[in-house]
Amino acid sequence: MSPTSSHRADGMNSKYDVLVIGGGNAALCAAISARRGGASVLVLEGAPKFYRGGNTRHTRNMRCAHDEPTEILTGPYTEEEFWEDLLRVTGGQTDEVLARHMIRESKDILNWIVEQGVRWQPSLGGTLSLGRTNSFFLGGGRAMLNALYLTAEKLGVEVEYDAEVTDLVIEDGMFLAARLKRPIKGQTEIRATALVAAAGGFEANIEWLKQYWGEAADNFLIRGTPYNRGSILKMLLAKGVQEVGDPTQCHAVAIDARAPKFDGGIITRHDSVVFGIVVNKHAQRFYDEGEDIWPKRYAIWGRLVAAQPDQIAYIVFDSTVVTSFMPTLFPPIAGQTIAELAGKLELDPAALEKTITEFNAAVQPGTFDHTILDDCRTEGITPPKTHWARRIETPPYLAYPVRPGITFTYLGTRVTREARMLMADGRPSANMFAAGEIMAGNVLGKGYAAGMGMTIGSVFGRIAGREAAKHARN
Amino acid sequence: MHGTRILDEADRLMTVCNSCRYCEGLCAVFPAMEMRRAFSDGDLNYLANLCHGCGACYVDCQFSPPHEFNVNVPQTLAVARAESYAAYAWPQALSGAFARNGLVISIIAALSMAAFILGFAALIDHGVLFGVHTGPGAFYRLMPHNAMAALFTAALLYAILALVMSVRAFWRDIGTPIAGRADGGSIFQAIRDAGELRYLHGGGVGCYNEDDKPTDRRKLYHHLTFYGFMLCFAATSVATLYHYLWGREAPYPWWDLPVVLGTLGGVGLIVGPIGLFAAKMQRDPALLDESRYGMDVGFIAMLFLTGFTGMLLLLLRETAAMGPLLALHLGSVFALFITMPYSKFVHGIYRFAALVRYAQERRSEAGS
Repeated sequence: MSPTSSHRADGMNSKYDVLVIGGGNAALCAAISARRGGASVLVLEGAPKFYRGGNTRHTRNMRCAHDEPTEILTGPYTEEEFWEDLLRVTGGQTDEVLARHMIRESKDILNWIVEQGVRWQPSLGGTLSLGRTNSFFLGGGRAMLNALYLTAEKLGVEVEYDAEVTDLVIEDGMFLAARLKRPIKGQTEIRATALVAAAGGFEANIEWLKQYWGEAADNFLIRGTPYNRGSILKMLLAKGVQEVGDPTQCHAVAIDARAPKFDGGIITRHDSVVFGIVVNKHAQRFYDEGEDIWPKRYAIWGRLVAAQPDQIAYIVFDSTVVTSFMPTLFPPIAGQTIAELAGKLELDPAALEKTITEFNAAVQPGTFDHTILDDCRTEGITPPKTHWARRIETPPYLAYPVRPGITFTYLGTRVTREARMLMADGRPSANMFAAGEIMAGNVLGKGYAAGMGMTIGSVFGRIAGREAAKHARN
Repeated sequence: MHGTRILDEADRLMTVCNSCRYCEGLCAVFPAMEMRRAFSDGDLNYLANLCHGCGACYVDCQFSPPHEFNVNVPQTLAVARAESYAAYAWPQALSGAFARNGLVISIIAALSMAAFILGFAALIDHGVLFGVHTGPGAFYRLMPHNAMAALFTAALLYAILALVMSVRAFWRDIGTPIAGRADGGSIFQAIRDAGELRYLHGGGVGCYNEDDKPTDRRKLYHHLTFYGFMLCFAATSVATLYHYLWGREAPYPWWDLPVVLGTLGGVGLIVGPIGLFAAKMQRDPALLDESRYGMDVGFIAMLFLTGFTGMLLLLLRETAAMGPLLALHLGSVFALFITMPYSKFVHGIYRFAALVRYAQERRSEAGS
């Protein structure tokens, strides 16, 4: 199956069997799967080569069901357990048929993805340090992407970077062609027998976010590249594809306010909330910092900070807890007194002193253990800190400024089990498929659990590629 | 802040990497980094020498250039590594040799070979120098065995002394968090890790060279060079034993152990350095410390010269060219010996010490 054998020249324009728009995990799994299915494949990645892959660049692991322990996972993590986890994080906002199908397919992905060149990180400290639910990519998400690209190119998949699609020609639910901003091989229009849309969400599109969040969105930091603009998603929805997921919602965590506007990735996050208190720009606490353990406590703070004035907050703690969490990229801001710290944070010193004094007075005796919901709590203040509450009293006093860091959006295209898009009138599209974040809302209506985005990408990418190739062959 | 600009940069990168940790499965550098929250000069020099420069973390990093975080660990640690050679050199008065190392090595090599040629020309009757010598003791008609042994033993002893003093300073400086003597288990582990170049493998796929397609090419060439060197050293040692224990004098027949070992080693010392040089020329400059090009190439050239003159000597030892070739070979070996503490040779010593330290740290972590 050389690239040319199934590559049909058709008049002036060449026509591909399968056009994949996007360049991340889902797109590459689709491209590889379609190519292995005998199709000629072109991948259009809108970003330059270095920034290829959208959010996949910043991922680290994938959640797959498995019945037996493996070399890299303790076991089992059954389909049922995976389903229960999904049900819990989404609060039931999921398509059960689709979700169970994905979970079943995830078992085979553990091996399939390795056959595509991806390597799992072996245990670093013997079997005791193995995970049970998530497998880690050796070298992280960019290493995973690099492996997929090498395999795709070896198989004869054509890849174009800086290939921004400006329009999709769709007639009656049938994809005909994609129009390009910049010509590729002299063509500004690429025709293909089938389309796989795997171009992610719109988290980097501040104007679009502003439709739902207003001016506050100007203060959001975007954890991925500036290229996740959702333009393909917008075109598809405008041309009659049925939408799924709450358009107003996005996954947001609290990240360091000193992080760059885009692409700060994993290293700007803070997981120190439970070790201190969080105050807003008026030096007031606004939420129970000890409500729940990771990962829930991690995932709610983006949204909480987004609701505060100017979308800024400060995690305040003292020198006794500095080594309790991962080292951070940006050092904490320090002061020998609360007033000095407040000055550096440009907060009202009297207000911060009052907040901390009241908090300290409310802390009850208890035995601190951050791995469980312990009995260290406050009494008599609002909001309370219901776990891990300890007095902030040992200088230097320290703080991290945080802002909402937007990871991904939930709005997407509705799909079938075959990853085929459904049109607004409920009919399946003849030749359009979707995979990855662009359709994640089918399975993940809200919330998140680590590694799930990659599972959605790989499973539906593989299915979409296979189905698109099947369509093209018939 | 640190003493040098490059250590400041290495500190910045380790802070970035320590808040990410995606690369922890690639090699020893990142797990060692994770055992620390702050980095002293010694820590950074330890990590720099633990790095084998495979390039995987650069290719895998979402923050490598052109990203604004500008994370280039292989290049930064390569520069820090080279600067550490000068920082720990003994005596410190000679640390300047690392500044323009290519030039220094070339001059010493040239002087050494010239000295042997002139010495031979001045001290040996020309009939003997350009004569054909065969049979036991042929070489010693040009230079008495005892003189040869004394000269080279002295050069080697000096090199060993300087290396021991240098690595001692390094070992003390990297002594946190667990100072102390190396235990046998850790040394054995380090011998295995160094012997198979365990960390020159990109986490399993090979080294990154001119592009993002990994290969094991550099590992192969390094093995040829290193084991070639060891075989040549073994050949010399066996010959010395033959000489003193059994009174058997060189040259030996082609099938005899010293010649077999020397021939195999000589081939390694010719092919290996050529391969390493070619690989260096093709490698993505983003991964290299280009300002140390002279040091790298100088050492590769010295090894090649040693292997090449040795093999020529073997092939032509029964012709009139033997005398001049012997002078060239001895000159290059002598230069190699005396420059060892001030050439890229030291990379192996520091890296081995770093691997011992790493093995110790892993053991202590597993035990705690």
